[in-house]
Amino acid sequence: MAILKTEQLTYTYSQGSPFEKTAVDNVDIEIEEGEFVGVIGHTGSGKSTLVQHFNGLLRPTSGRVLLDGKDIWEDKKNIRTVRFRVGLVFQYPEYQLFEETVYRDIAFGPRNMGLSDAEIDSRVRSTAMAVGLSDDILERSPFELSGGQKRRAAIAGVLAMYPQVLILDEPTAGLDPKGRDMILSQIEDYHKRSGCTVLLVSHSMEDVAKFATKILVMNESRLFCYDTPQAVFKRSEEIYDMGLSVPQITRVFDIMKKRGFDIHDEIYTVKYAVELVANELRKKGRL
Amino acid sequence: MNLIKAEKLSFRYDDESEYVFRDLDLTFRQGEMAAVLGHNGCGKSTFAKHLNAILLPTGGKVYIDGIDTCDESKIYDIRRQVGMVFQNPDNQIVATIVEEDVAFALENLGVPPKEIRERVDEALQAVGMYKYRMHSPHQLSGGQKQRVAIAGIIAMRPKCIVLDEPTAMLDPIGRKKVMNTIKKLNNQFGITIILITHYMEEAAQCGRVIVMDEGKVLLDDEPKEVFSHIELLKQVGLDVPQVTEFIWELKKKGVNIDTHIIDEEECSSILLKLLS
Repeated sequence: MAILKTEQLTYTYSQGSPFEKTAVDNVDIEIEEGEFVGVIGHTGSGKSTLVQHFNGLLRPTSGRVLLDGKDIWEDKKNIRTVRFRVGLVFQYPEYQLFEETVYRDIAFGPRNMGLSDAEIDSRVRSTAMAVGLSDDILERSPFELSGGQKRRAAIAGVLAMYPQVLILDEPTAGLDPKGRDMILSQIEDYHKRSGCTVLLVSHSMEDVAKFATKILVMNESRLFCYDTPQAVFKRSEEIYDMGLSVPQITRVFDIMKKRGFDIHDEIYTVKYAVELVANELRKKGRL
Repeated sequence: MNLIKAEKLSFRYDDESEYVFRDLDLTFRQGEMAAVLGHNGCGKSTFAKHLNAILLPTGGKVYIDGIDTCDESKIYDIRRQVGMVFQNPDNQIVATIVEEDVAFALENLGVPPKEIRERVDEALQAVGMYKYRMHSPHQLSGGQKQRVAIAGIIAMRPKCIVLDEPTAMLDPIGRKKVMNTIKKLNNQFGITIILITHYMEEAAQCGRVIVMDEGKVLLDDEPKEVFSHIELLKQVGLDVPQVTEFIWELKKKGVNIDTHIIDEEECSSILLKLLS
């Protein structure tokens, strides 16, 4: 069954004013439990507005959002629980650290959930470990940490609520390649271990191609498509027209196709491309 | 000719803290386009801030067009020569109308109104934002705001622009437009560009790539040479373009192939040759 479902979801900013703008237009989507979804779209395509509906941060102008088959706005009092079940990590989450110690910052969410001290302690320690923060860092002020550590502490604060759905809006913006890989592989580990559903909003097609099982493409407030990476990157022409791009390795094979060499396969990761080319060479007896 | 010269440059924030870098020697020629790579905290941004006297050396010297950055009486000359663009476009826009923002520094410098008009129009045209001159900055996308910030700098007619991760917050199209703008400023107007970036594909488009690690220059060469040190780069927390990694992996499997490949055109040509 779909963990998240929208029915004709529409959201209009500043309705009735001269600045009225429909940011999400009639979106129907069903996301199955356990998927790792890459969410892509150009600036202003409506992707952030869309994901902010999934934990009830925004209320649809019309249409419905269903979590586990239940309309999240059916009973307004329940919205708090929805926010525990669907964790949202904003862009530059380190700006939202505020506590005296890293420990207290990570504990903030679980404490609001009314968990016991023992449970909070175990969650803080296990999520800190999951994002690669050692025990001695927990007692330090979050403001003494490096940029990458701050980012991971902020993500741990959301993970500690053990959300069923984890949404991250550009979690790697501004990080160096190593920091980028570290955070993404930690998220992937968490995803595999917990079986939770992950939505990763990203401008990096390479990252999306590497981790996502499904890709959601927003374009001009509408859902362009929701499909497997193969199917999405196959439409590279349309993806370019939207102001997006495809992984560099996919571009290589697109160019080859234009030059008359069609490999008849969708290539979007380096690993796969290497296997494929090596196999071709073996077939020809050149390797 | 050398436009920027750092000589035995050392810096630390105060007497108790560690040196960010020590005895760093680095020069930039007038008209070149160089990328500076390094992991977060390697000292590259701290170095950049020495190039227009936001920070002053603890030891050693920085000369901009022959002027010592420690010479306080010349600080405005230095800042007119070397402009800086930062990561977050929202922190760099001060006015409520695009063209007023671009004119801001010129007004401070006391440039005559007629000349301000000319320079602002020219700068906005150079970055492709002229038709947005009467817009309010908050109506613009991140990439457009970055181009406005760049226009504000070119209006001062600098010899050099230092960009500290200008595309980190942008979507692919915004990134591409900012990169194209930077390349055009370098090609057409001969402005020296120093680009700090975490995107290897952007570094591959520069004429020179400098890799910093722990306050030292680890590599300093053409991009093709630099990116051929794939293992070393990964060791210091960096990466190479996807195509370089791809070719390198093929080589590891025993394919006889030139590993100096950094863009997709070259990569597809070499593959075509290999497979047909």
